[in-house]
Parts: sequence; C-alpha cells; structure tokens
Amino acid sequence: MSFPLLTATAALPAVGALATAAVPAARRTTAKWLALTVSLATFVLAAVIAVRFEPGGARYQLTESHAWIKDFGVRYELGVDGIAVALVALTALLIPFVILAGWHDADPMETGSRRWRPTQGFFALILAVEAMVILSFEATDVFVFYIFFEAMLIPMYFLIGGFGDRAHEHGEKAASTQRSYAAVKFLLYNLAGGLIMLAAVIGLYVQAGNFSLPEIVQARASGSLHMATSTERWLFLGFFFAFAVKAPLWPLHTWLPNAMGEATAPVAVLITAVVDKVGTFAMLRFCLQLFPEASKWATPVILVLALISIIYGALLAVGQRDIKRLVAYASISHFGFIILGIFAMTSQGQSGATLYMVNHGISTAALMLVAGFLISRRGSRLIADYGGVQKVAPVLAGTFLIGSLATLSLPGLAPFVSEFLVLVGTFTRHPAIGIIATLGIVLAALYTLVLYQRTMTGPVKAEVAEMPDLRVRELLVVAPLIALLIFLGVYPKPVADIVNPAVRQTMSDVHQTDPQPKVEAAK
Amino acid sequence: MENLIALLIAAPLLGAAVLLCGGRRLDAVGHWLGTLLAGLSFVLGVVLFTDMLGKAAGQRAVTQHLFSWIPVAGFQADVTFRLDQLSMTFVLLITGVGSLIHLYSVGYMEHDERRRRFFGYLNLFLAAMLLLVLADNYLLLYVGWEGVGLASYLLIGFWQHKPSAATAAKKAFLVNRVGDMGLSIAIMLMFTTFGTFAFVPVLHSADSAGEGKLTAIGLMLLLAACGKSAQVPLQSWLGDAMEGPTPVSALIHAATMVTAGVYLIVRSGAIFNAAPDAQLVVTVVGAVTLLFGAIVGCAKDDIKKALAGSTMSQIGYMVLAAGLGPIGYIFAIMHLVTHGFFKAGLFLGAGSVMHGMNDEVDMRRYGGLRTYMPVTFVTFGLGYLAIIGFPGLSGFFSKDKIIEAAFAKGGAEGWILGGAALLGAAITAYYMTRVMIMTFFGEKRWQPDEQGNEPHPHESPGVMTIPMIVLAVGSVFAGGFFSIGDRFVHWLEPVTGHAEGNSPVSAMTVTVATLVLLVVGAGIAYAQYGRRPVLAVAPRGSLLTRAARRDLLQDDFNHVVLVRGGEHLTRSLVYVDHTLVDGVVNGTAASVGGLSGRLRRLQNGFARSYAVSMFGGAAVLVALTLLMRAV
Repeated sequence: MSFPLLTATAALPAVGALATAAVPAARRTTAKWLALTVSLATFVLAAVIAVRFEPGGARYQLTESHAWIKDFGVRYELGVDGIAVALVALTALLIPFVILAGWHDADPMETGSRRWRPTQGFFALILAVEAMVILSFEATDVFVFYIFFEAMLIPMYFLIGGFGDRAHEHGEKAASTQRSYAAVKFLLYNLAGGLIMLAAVIGLYVQAGNFSLPEIVQARASGSLHMATSTERWLFLGFFFAFAVKAPLWPLHTWLPNAMGEATAPVAVLITAVVDKVGTFAMLRFCLQLFPEASKWATPVILVLALISIIYGALLAVGQRDIKRLVAYASISHFGFIILGIFAMTSQGQSGATLYMVNHGISTAALMLVAGFLISRRGSRLIADYGGVQKVAPVLAGTFLIGSLATLSLPGLAPFVSEFLVLVGTFTRHPAIGIIATLGIVLAALYTLVLYQRTMTGPVKAEVAEMPDLRVRELLVVAPLIALLIFLGVYPKPVADIVNPAVRQTMSDVHQTDPQPKVEAAK
Repeated sequence: MENLIALLIAAPLLGAAVLLCGGRRLDAVGHWLGTLLAGLSFVLGVVLFTDMLGKAAGQRAVTQHLFSWIPVAGFQADVTFRLDQLSMTFVLLITGVGSLIHLYSVGYMEHDERRRRFFGYLNLFLAAMLLLVLADNYLLLYVGWEGVGLASYLLIGFWQHKPSAATAAKKAFLVNRVGDMGLSIAIMLMFTTFGTFAFVPVLHSADSAGEGKLTAIGLMLLLAACGKSAQVPLQSWLGDAMEGPTPVSALIHAATMVTAGVYLIVRSGAIFNAAPDAQLVVTVVGAVTLLFGAIVGCAKDDIKKALAGSTMSQIGYMVLAAGLGPIGYIFAIMHLVTHGFFKAGLFLGAGSVMHGMNDEVDMRRYGGLRTYMPVTFVTFGLGYLAIIGFPGLSGFFSKDKIIEAAFAKGGAEGWILGGAALLGAAITAYYMTRVMIMTFFGEKRWQPDEQGNEPHPHESPGVMTIPMIVLAVGSVFAGGFFSIGDRFVHWLEPVTGHAEGNSPVSAMTVTVATLVLLVVGAGIAYAQYGRRPVLAVAPRGSLLTRAARRDLLQDDFNHVVLVRGGEHLTRSLVYVDHTLVDGVVNGTAASVGGLSGRLRRLQNGFARSYAVSMFGGAAVLVALTLLMRAV
C-alpha cells in the first residue's frame, strides 16, 4: 500500500492542532512556532500532491479507500481531481499567512496581565479548520464530506466568537455582544443549511444505496441508477441550499458581513478565502455531478441570483462605513462571479470559476490582512477614522493599494484572468447576463478606490500621524501574496493546466458542450 | 531582430520595479536610472526601425511569441508581440517623447522628495503603453490599456496629500473603467463570433461576420476609445487630470496615453470598414468632441486646463478622421504624431512657466513673460503656430488633410463634418492666441501669494529647455517631412489601407478657408486680449462662457444623476439589506425553528449562547442519526 498522502495532508494539521493545544499555558510563543511549523509542513505536503498529480491522468488520483460504517456503506474514500488539488494547495498556502498575520491576535490583553487569553486555543483552532477543510476537498464519499463540512463549523464558531479586534469604538462589552451575535448567526445559518443537506444526503443514500461519489456518478451515467425528475430536483435543492449558505449566495449572505466584521482579520480571511470556498467547490463537485439534469433545471434561477449577488454585493460595499464589512460585501460580489461561472455551463466559465476561487483567496487575503494591520494600529474599523496614511506609512499604503487593485481585477494581476474567463464563459451562452455582470468591474473600482482614497490619501489625520509602517513580520505576510498575485496574473498556465481536465470531465457529466464561434476565423 | 521587441517593454518595466521597490538608497540616482532606461528603450526602438526600413513594405510586420498566457479549452490568449508600421510609429513616439519628458522631469521634480517614485511611475507608464501598442491580440492589449490607466491614476494622484488630486485620480480611473467595460464586451463578442481575439485572424475574417455583429463590436470599441481618449460622453476626467505634475500632463494626457483610443480604432479598421453605422457614430463623437473641447478651452483661465480642452479637441479631430475609414486612418495617425510633438511641447512650456512662477497656473496672473523666459517663449510660440495650423508647420499639414477627408465623406454628412472641423480650426486659433497673449504679452500681472512671496520669473535650466527645443523642432518640421512625397501615407498604407476621397471642395479651397478662419479666430482673440488689458478677475461672462468654464455642465450632470443618485441607491440598499433581507431570512427561519428570537436572546452572553446552540445542534444530529439507524 502506498503512502496515504491525502490523509497525511489532513492529519498533519489535525495532530498539530492537538499538539498546539497541549502546549503549557506559559509557553505561548512555543505554541505559535509549533502551529506555524505544522502549517508550513502541511503546505509542503500539499505541494507534493500538486506535483504528483498528473493532469492528463485518471479523474481521481492518489485515492484511498477503507470501509468505515459498513451498515450504511460509508467508506473513508479520498481522491483528488484538478479542482480539488488547486483548492487544497490554496488552503495549505494561506494558513501559514493567517497564522503569521494573527501572531499577536490572541496575546493577553495587557502586557503583564494574568487575564486568560487562550493563545494556544487560537492557533489550534486554525489548524483544526485547516484539517477539516482539506478533508472536505479530498473526500469522494458524500457522507465523509458531509461530516467535515459540518464539523468545521465548531472551530470556526469559537474563532469568530472568542477572538475579536483589540479595540472597538463602542467599548469591549459592546464588542463582545456583537461578536457573539455574529458567531451564533454564523453557526445557525450554516447549521440550518447543513441540516437540510443532511436530509438530502439521506435521501441520496435511499436512492443509491451507497455514498460513493464516483460510483453514483458512474451508475447514473450508465443508466443503472434512475432517479425520478422530482426526486433529483429535491435532492439537488437540499445540497445546493447548504452550499449557497456557505458560499454565500444572495439572499442567504447576511451572516458574512457580521462574521467578517467582528472576527479578527486573519479569521475573516479564514472564513472568506478558505471555508467559504468549500461551498462553491461542492457546487461544482456534488451538485453538478450527482444531479446534472436538476442542475440544468435550476440554472436560470441560480444565474439570476448570482447576478444579483454581483451587483448587490458591490453596491453594498460602496455604502459601507466599516473597512472589514466593505471587504465582506466585496466578497459576496466575488462569490456571485464564481457561482455565475459554475452555472454558465461552459469550459471558460468553470475553469474561470475554479481559478477565481484560488485568486480570490489570495487577493482577499492580501487586502484583508493589510486592512487588519491598519486597524490594529488605529484601533478602529471605521473608514472615516483614517486619512493620509500614505504619507506616514507608504509601504502599508502601497500594499493596500495592490490588494485593492487585485480586488478590482486589474489586468496583470491574477483575479483578472479568472474574472474575464467567467465573464466570457457566461457571455457565450447568456450574453445579457454577461453584459450586466460586466457592470461589476465598474462598481469594484468604485468601492476599492473610494476606500483607498478615504483612508490613505488627503491630509494626515492627527490620530494616524504616529502610525508605524509595516513591520518585518507583516511584510513577510504581504510580500509573498503580492508576488503570487503578479505571478498568477502573468502566468496562470500551471494552475489552468491542472484544472482544465477536471472541468472537461464535469462538462461531460452535465452533458454540455461549449457554444462554437459563428465564423471560421482565418489563420 | 524581433527578439528585441520584448526588451523594449522590459527595460522600463525593470526600471519601475527597481525604483518602486528599491527604497531610499536609490533616491540619489533613481531619476537618472529611470531616464536611462527610457532612453535605452528609445535606442532599441530606433534599431528596430532601421531594421524595418531595410525590408520591403509588405514584409515589415514581425512577431515575437513569448508564452501561452491563458489556455482554457477553446479560449487561447498568448503573450505575443506584433511590430508593424503602425506599432513602430507609436513605439518611436512613446519612447522618444517619453525619454525627453523623463529628462525634463529631472529638473522639474528636482525639489520633490518623492522624485524616485515619480520616475518609477513614469517607467511603469512607458512599459504599459508599449505593451498596449505591441500586443498582437485584444486581451493583451487590454493589459496595457488598463496598465496605462493605473499609471495615469498613480501620476494624477501623485500629490496625494491634496484631496483634489486624489479625487481627480479616482475619477479618471472610474470613467476609464466605464470605457473598459466596452473593451471587455468587444473582446467577448469577438470570441463568440470568431473564436479568437488575436488581431490577424479577427481582422482578416471580419468581412464574413455580418454587419450587425461588427457594428456591435465597433460601438463597444468606440466606448473604450471614448474613455481612454476623453471623448464625449466620457470626457469629464481629462480636465481634472491636470492635478498631476505637468510632465505627466505632457506625456500621458497629451502626447501618448489619451491617443490610445485612436490607435484602437485605426488598428480595428477592418471591423469599422464593414460597419458603416459604427463609423458614422465615431465621426459624430469626434466632431462633437472637437467642438466641445475647443469651447471649453476658450473659457479656462488655468493654463493647463485650457491646454487640456485643446487636447480633447485635437483628439476629436483624430477620432473624426479615424471614423472616416481608409481615407482618414493615416491622417488620424499623422495628426496624432504631430500633435504629440506640439502638445507635449506646449505642456512642457506651461510647466516651465509654472516652474518660474511659484506654480501659479492662472493666466490672469501672468503677462509679459516673453522677456523673462525667452527660450520658453520661442518654443511655446512655435508649438502655438503649429497647433493653429500656421502654413508650413506640422499642424498645418495634418489638420488640413483631416478637414479635406471630412468633406470627402460626401453628402450632407461630409458637409456637416467638414464644417465642424473648419469651425474647430477657427476656435483653435482663438483659444491658443488667447493663451499666448495672456501668458507672454501685455503687462505683468503677478502678485505675491498668501505667504507674501512674489514670483521671480526666470528661465528654466537646460535639462528642461533642451526637451522643449527638441519638441519645438518636431513641431515645426515633422508635418512637412511626413508630407513630402506622401511619405507617411506610403509608410502606413500596408497596415491600414488607404483610399483617396472625392471631395466636393478642392484642397485649395479647404486650405484657403482654413487660413481665413485662422486669421479670424486669432484676430478676435487679439482684439479681446491684446488690445485691451487683461482683467485680474475674470468677468462674469455670457451664459455659454460660464457653462464652458464648468466644462459645459458635464460635472454638474454627473453629480446630480450619478453621484447623488448613486448615494441614495447605496444608502437605501444598506437599509434594505439590514432590515429586509436579513429580516426576511431570519424571519423565515424563525417561523420554522424560532431562529430569530433565539438569535436575539443569545446575544446576551457568549458562553451561554454557545452552550445552548451547540446543545441544540448536537441534539438534532443525534436525533437524526438515531432516525437513520431505525430506517
């Protein structure tokens, strides 16, 4: 038996989480370094997965399969296609930056104070989330996927509710109240989605007799597993609802601004750049493959909801006064693009959507983490409390600008590639929707540049006059992310090459072919 | 030899990276490094140019394939450069004028503590602009297109501590984004129609696509061009862009970037040739803008804003010419090049005046400067003569050809477009004469500023005057040089095609009419500003004057409709999201499971809320598991 690489990639952060939690309370720094080391080692394993994966080879590779709950045909089945490889790599890539950026987020409140702040817990929870997210990308058994999809809510809940920003404009007590509201809202929304999905998972089992994704897809394709149209549609809706809450899709999005606003910046990145990606990933893997006919049936409504998300999220971002909530609404707009790309049912749309998940993860991390550095300096999330930062902290302002430019999908940076692919992939099948979605690029420029203008330019506000520029640790977080944004903007081919074959498979699962050009172009 | 193309871009790109990431260590040499790399790019351009001249006219286009950029199923975007006569013309203009302006900036920005960064941005601009004109497909062109927009944003807002500069920069980027939507949609249309967006296959098979599709593509390209080239209705950003340092106004907002829209239309000639409706709209946009810009230029007292109005107007001429099809393409580009010389020269002259006048921009505070700044006066004066179309100078040749071509369109359209172009020539003579007189002639009108510093006008240092002299030479001779034996026409014809039009009025009539109108326009300006003293405070003026001062109310319209309307929209949406959407979703859940009430109650305490909700969740899970066992 070969080395279980996929299990190891998830087990390493899981064990790391336990080990970090077990570090004695006084050895706070040890716990941090341990967590960082584990996350880096996980990244190495993820890189090995990406290298060993053969883009032209079998659909699911590096597979592992063990019997688990025999009574229900639940098998511990793992395997990755190109889409999963890209997202496992993204997750493993971002966690070290999340840890490094949150280095002091769980320190004791005052130096010398004995007040308990669970530093070890903070980093252990981050690693626990990483382990579960990676497993849900890797699972090819629907039940195994479901378990981790739900279980990751628990550490996320603690991360949102337990660790807020250091300072708050309405005082610590108000902050604590808002934080627990956000955490509970996050939990209840996602739990509600998860419960509906559970019903659908059980329904699927009743129909198929097992939980194995490849087997069910195979059985459906060969005709040996027939589903009544209405059954398929109900099951599809059950799955889709859970993923649409997680993604999140309008109108199920309202938990996200609360959660991202109240959580510390690194945790906000964990939510939007990593955890939410499981939602869009699962649409692509489970909804489309298991229920191709129902997916086509639901497409018009989903496209319209995605379009609303794009425009609505962007308009709300324009109207925000809070930096972190602004980024949250921008993310809602971007998730609209991802879902649009998935359900456009074209190769460009789906490859674009997958690249979008990766690129959005990196660009939001860059913008949000710099925003977090900014907020920690001034102790306020309100845009109006800043002004002229560029003059006193030019490097911070410069990196914030690059993060903003990535968010507005400037050509040359990674998000442009994926956004354009999504738009063109939508346009070839639904020109009107493609054109309206293009409005999003104007609105994105509006909310990012207004944010930059209000915080970074103009006369220096007295409260920011003493603000220090980025420290070495902070620069170590931002610089690699920016380098990646540039690299993947100029040379996205390596990622595209891994993703394309998986998209081709998915397209054939849903019996779709790309629209062909009307004119045979000269060479 | 074609392997040198990438180096053209790489040199300034390297400069930008080094200067922007290099830190304070490079402060002492950064400006020279930036200038050197711009110059290197120019030298490479000249080498490629001489190589190109050695080939037969039909074999001059060369390509350099670097790598596959975005490969997804049928969608294939490559990083490939294409150097033909059209892009060669731009390469020489961009790197030539660009190098001169780098040199000028060494002096102009001498006292700015962020000079290194300024040169980094200038280098970034050169790299992006070269990418724009060297790309062999529309998507790669888009990268350069927005790249120059970014450089423009950074440079307009270079003095970020001034709120007006930061606002102007943002506005420029946003208005351009509206245009970029057009470019995006045009590329998507090309992809669905042809399955590709590379120049050669798209342009070669354009004829077989059907007029409707081509009209749509053409109009979207025009929208993009309107944004970048400040054409009506997306012109409002250019005047504000004058917040940037003057060398930026000269290079980006006069000589090169703002002409990218003209490049786009001429490059896409094959599409427009087969879409006459789109062409008609292009000519109308050009004609309207050339009058719009000229009228605005007449009313401004700020020397840079007067020149900005003029730039808009001159690009209007180019767009008009580009809309005329093969009878106009080459003259659009020829005017673009001559305009690059004289307008860059005029802006550098304005910068030189400001440099000697404590950054004063109000022409009502100038006067009589010719004796204090003789070199600036002479070079600016030659630029002035060139732009108004004084016989024998550059503008005379290129503008005359455009007016002729406009008449040659034929029919009522020809008369209207030709008439507009002629009228524009008269207004040009008027506003430029006004600028000339208010700045260099008459009594001195300057006063001490708020701190009590009286300006001491003086000539600028050699590092600034040399570029002005070189540009003045170009302003005088370029047009004539291009026209002898129709050199420029023969040079570009293999790329753009060329047709002679049948003008209902003879070339001689056009020339004479232009000259008469020139004299009339200049005469009126002389009567108003030369024979009478210039008032220190502008008179109230007619309704049109007041409107023109406010950029013909475009900003007021934008403010009321877009800004205020947008604010109301976003504010009400924030309210809707908070109460309605959140409320309905929570309420729906409440009616099912009491979610909302629980949410509200659970705010009270962190530990309790956790305990209750986790217990609730776990209980449900256990119940369901038991249920499953029972099944």
